[in-house]
Amino acid sequence: MLEIAGRKFRSRLFTGTGKFSSSEVMRQALEASNSEMVTVALRRVDLNDPGDDIMQVLDREKFFFLPNTSGARDAQEAIRLAKLAKASGGGNWLKLEVTPDPRTLLPDPIETLKATEELVRDGFVVLPYMNADPILALRLQDVGAAAVMPLGAPIGTNKGLLTRDQVEIIISQAKVPVVVDAGLGAPSHAALAMEMGADAVLVNTAIAVAGDPVAMAIAFAKAVEAGREAYKAGLGTQGSEASASSPETGLGFLR
Amino acid sequence: MEIIVNGENKNIDSGTSVEGYLKTLDINLETVVLECDGGILKRDEYPVRILKEGSVLEVIRFIGGG
Repeated sequence: MLEIAGRKFRSRLFTGTGKFSSSEVMRQALEASNSEMVTVALRRVDLNDPGDDIMQVLDREKFFFLPNTSGARDAQEAIRLAKLAKASGGGNWLKLEVTPDPRTLLPDPIETLKATEELVRDGFVVLPYMNADPILALRLQDVGAAAVMPLGAPIGTNKGLLTRDQVEIIISQAKVPVVVDAGLGAPSHAALAMEMGADAVLVNTAIAVAGDPVAMAIAFAKAVEAGREAYKAGLGTQGSEASASSPETGLGFLR
Repeated sequence: MEIIVNGENKNIDSGTSVEGYLKTLDINLETVVLECDGGILKRDEYPVRILKEGSVLEVIRFIGGG
């Protein structure tokens, strides 16, 4: 069973809660995904139209909330959001996101490392969103990150595991769980990450914007399970030359 | 007097407490977090914290995100 900072998870599919067409579709999709940890963001309440309250929509017995620091452009803003998340009853777990450039939403490695260090010191369980940089993953692990979350591709692009080789190195070196986050656009992408030995994946956009988000959530859940089972089973090695699956002997009767 | 709530100017009576102001809004107080003039307010401060001219109040809560 997956364990992060002493907490156990049966499902290795973490899900985001953004971009769904309605709260009800989100609730149904997340329930169908069997996911046990969901990310949430912090924003100003629209005082003229408060809308649905996610704390009321999702059963917190079923879904462990992982507040993110999305929107933070530097360590200081991320730390402010972390404190607000804790004060909102979000607990002390945090998906740390520091993305200074709204065009790429790529994480700032220096500010992310700085914020991780400080938040860990303040007692937060920090899961930093990071570029797929193996050295940075080690540095984050060294300062106390509870897991590392390398991206597959930029947030919301659905492009898949473009960082495959780098993620492979991160997995081979990590002492903390590796959660592949961002860019996974199809169940096959999630399965690939799991086959490589990722401990979990986090998926939001691919489920939320699917034609049928509930069916897509189920597809991702199956893919994550299949990928994990394949990893545990041990994949065969790749070869550059053909190797017959049927015996090459016993063909004397043909010629 | 005027205060700024979530970036918008609002007119309130002087002497209004944070809790008094929040009661005029249609929001669930249990699921929001407040920042007043840059500091996070604890729940038990809502009734005793009196808003001042120009106070900056941020009313924040969790929403969907990835």
